Amino acid sequence: MADIIQAENLIFDYSRPGSEETETVRALDGVSLSIEEGSFTAIIGRNGSGKSTLAKNLNGLYLPSSGRVLVNGWDTADDDRIWDIRQTCGMVFQNPDNQLVASIVEDDVAFGPENLGIPSAEIRARVERVLRQVGMADYREKTAHLLSGGQKQRVAIAGVIAMEPRCILFDEPMAMLDPQGRAEIMEIIRALHRAGHTVVLITHFMDDAAGADRVVLMDQSRIVLDGEPREVFQEEEIIRAAMLEPPLAVRLAARLRARGVELPPDIITTERLVDCLCRLR
Amino acid sequence: MLRDITLGQYYPAKSRIHQLDARVKIIGTLLYIVDLFVVQDFIGFAVLGAALAAVLVLARVPMGYIFRGLKPILLILIFTFFLNLFMVDGEVIWRIWILKVTKEGLYLALFMSIRLVLLITASSLLTLTTRPISLTDGLERLLSPLNRMGVPTHDIAMMMSIALRFIPTLLAEADKIMKAQQARGADFESGNVFRRGRALIPILIPLFVGAFRIAGDLAMAMEARCYRGGTGRTRMRQSVFGRVDYVALGACLVLFAAAILLRVLY
Amino acid sequence: MSIEVRDLSHIYGQGTPDEQAALQDISFVLHGGEMVALIGHTGSGKSTLVQHLNGLLKPNSGEIIVDGTDIARPGVSMLDIRRHVGLVFQYPEYQLFEETVAKDVAFGPKNLGLDAEEVDHRVREALTLVGLDYEAVKDRSPFDLSGGQKRKAAIAGVVAMRPDILILDEPTAGLDPGSHREIMEMVKRIHDSTRNITIFVTHDMNDVAALADKVLVMSRGRLLTVGSPTEVFSHRTQLSAVGLDVPPLMDLLGDLKEGGLPVRTEIFDLDEAADEICGALKKQKEK
Repeated sequence: MADIIQAENLIFDYSRPGSEETETVRALDGVSLSIEEGSFTAIIGRNGSGKSTLAKNLNGLYLPSSGRVLVNGWDTADDDRIWDIRQTCGMVFQNPDNQLVASIVEDDVAFGPENLGIPSAEIRARVERVLRQVGMADYREKTAHLLSGGQKQRVAIAGVIAMEPRCILFDEPMAMLDPQGRAEIMEIIRALHRAGHTVVLITHFMDDAAGADRVVLMDQSRIVLDGEPREVFQEEEIIRAAMLEPPLAVRLAARLRARGVELPPDIITTERLVDCLCRLR
Repeated sequence: MLRDITLGQYYPAKSRIHQLDARVKIIGTLLYIVDLFVVQDFIGFAVLGAALAAVLVLARVPMGYIFRGLKPILLILIFTFFLNLFMVDGEVIWRIWILKVTKEGLYLALFMSIRLVLLITASSLLTLTTRPISLTDGLERLLSPLNRMGVPTHDIAMMMSIALRFIPTLLAEADKIMKAQQARGADFESGNVFRRGRALIPILIPLFVGAFRIAGDLAMAMEARCYRGGTGRTRMRQSVFGRVDYVALGACLVLFAAAILLRVLY
Repeated sequence: MSIEVRDLSHIYGQGTPDEQAALQDISFVLHGGEMVALIGHTGSGKSTLVQHLNGLLKPNSGEIIVDGTDIARPGVSMLDIRRHVGLVFQYPEYQLFEETVAKDVAFGPKNLGLDAEEVDHRVREALTLVGLDYEAVKDRSPFDLSGGQKRKAAIAGVVAMRPDILILDEPTAGLDPGSHREIMEMVKRIHDSTRNITIFVTHDMNDVAALADKVLVMSRGRLLTVGSPTEVFSHRTQLSAVGLDVPPLMDLLGDLKEGGLPVRTEIFDLDEAADEICGALKKQKEK
């Protein structure tokens, strides 16, 4: 399928107050990345690796210092297309508290469609549909600040899909959640991908990245690995140099192979490793 | 403690009062507040109190919520009560030590307390029965004539709506910071006014930093969701001014006229 | 040094329609030098419990005896409690407020009424202990530090009060794996050097397995069990019933065992697990 996002030789600089004068920091240093429509890409990296900055360049929240980003063929620097770009590429953020605009769940979900100028009856229908989609239909009249972190994040996702974006960028949506909230959100992300959305997931949890079609590893403002999960996760040294850890199954499988156990090369999930080992006996 | 503040909170229910157009409720509340200041005797308060009680029953908001709204002002209430009770000169009816209670003082103390309670109850009833979005939409529409004079009514309404949304978040944040500084031995309860004022710095600075962080995050989230001001924006909830709304507005105006009449006649 | 909690109960909103027991009949004893993990589902009462240990909340009934004194009793000096029990909240970096890191860390010790020299000494000691370079950071604004450094500076603010009991509420929340590891290593370093009682609240079962001597498991306001990590994690199904996991490695070994490969499941180390699996596979082949 065609590429929905193309980033070409992206450079992004920002300035911050240093000890003496303001210093310029290069957050992205020549990043090129194409996202195929309908794919599920995980972008992983430690804090400060540039992964979040990259995501914010993909829907025109940040504009590149040099290089360019095309979304559906539109340049993010084109002022006339910026709203089309953001409607095409929705974004869910890290902090569940700070992205809900309205006090009541359904009013918040309606915020995006309202901004797009969609007729009232259509907004109501969309709100109903997306709240059901994320399992929050029973909470439509509830006050947002009283929900759990996972529930708030589900409302935030509903607010984004109510704009009917083709692509959704998730900027570390699970970093502030407990294990249960994490699992809920991951489940919804997978379901959205199955439903045909293009998904870009920024995360520092390796296990979440294992379910993606493609894993992009960022370190020090550059892409250092890019490929299918089973390829990327074999590069234990590069991953460790980037201060991350491959998933448990990959690490254990490597140790077993070193001890002479014959295992297929494509093991990245715990289920698969257990399955392979049980068949060996 | 800070969590008790119900300022701007909404209580979801399907009552007649909830279903009224926000504009009626805003105008009604404003008229009612004016009524409270127009009325000069207890008969007037009895009428206004009865009217508010009727609305309370119709609104089906549990009394607990109303009382909780009054709790934070309890201190102010007691303070003004005693201030009036002891400070007003007149016919002495009771004397304790150097303090004297006068007839006029007692009258004024009761008068002020009733006024304050009715005022707070009426205004918290407005937010309890009106969704923040409807409230600010209503306000925006009421202010819309000012738009032609260059007043950014949409922006004002949006700011209000965001403020209502983040009051509970900031209160929770303040509560957390306060506890954290207490855990580091901070003392907010003793010392003179100056010391106490200084003791607030460890709370206020993190709170401001936090508020700016929230503001930055929120602005970005709003942009990502295509917010670009009021132009071209639609609303999920379209308010239609119905017959019930006219009746309710009429009732408010009748009450207002009655209050004026009472004042003029007596 | 010890802390003993006896029949602690706390009810939120007593007398109102939404009355709710946040803690019910909690009892346990901790001794000096113990590293304790407190685990439980969100809303199980962990945060409410730790706030009691620090005197920020008062129980409706029960006793909290720190070194012979019941700190739940009315009239106990709060400052005395805080001298003994230090509490680091979640996302502590959001509580930094001073112009410089050194001043911020000094806030706690100053509140304890220590003299300037002792305060300086404590600040230097605490910053070094959390793994920050005292000379490099002391005059910097805490707001200019990186995320992980900010958190360390905030933790130093409590460490500088030299509490006999140090409580950290989810010290690794929101961190990436590298910073996560650094913070947990720091917790261990502080514990090793002070030999105090350290209690950390966490959702990460790997940290529990790697660091804790004792685990407190909370569910719905009650203390479900107390035991060593090995004991607690051997009850995989019971834990899962209250929404808790065992460490991922134990989970994997448990799945293998259920799949018919006879392995021990109480293993927390990857190499040890690999040896165990190889051994089990070999035995199977010999049969």
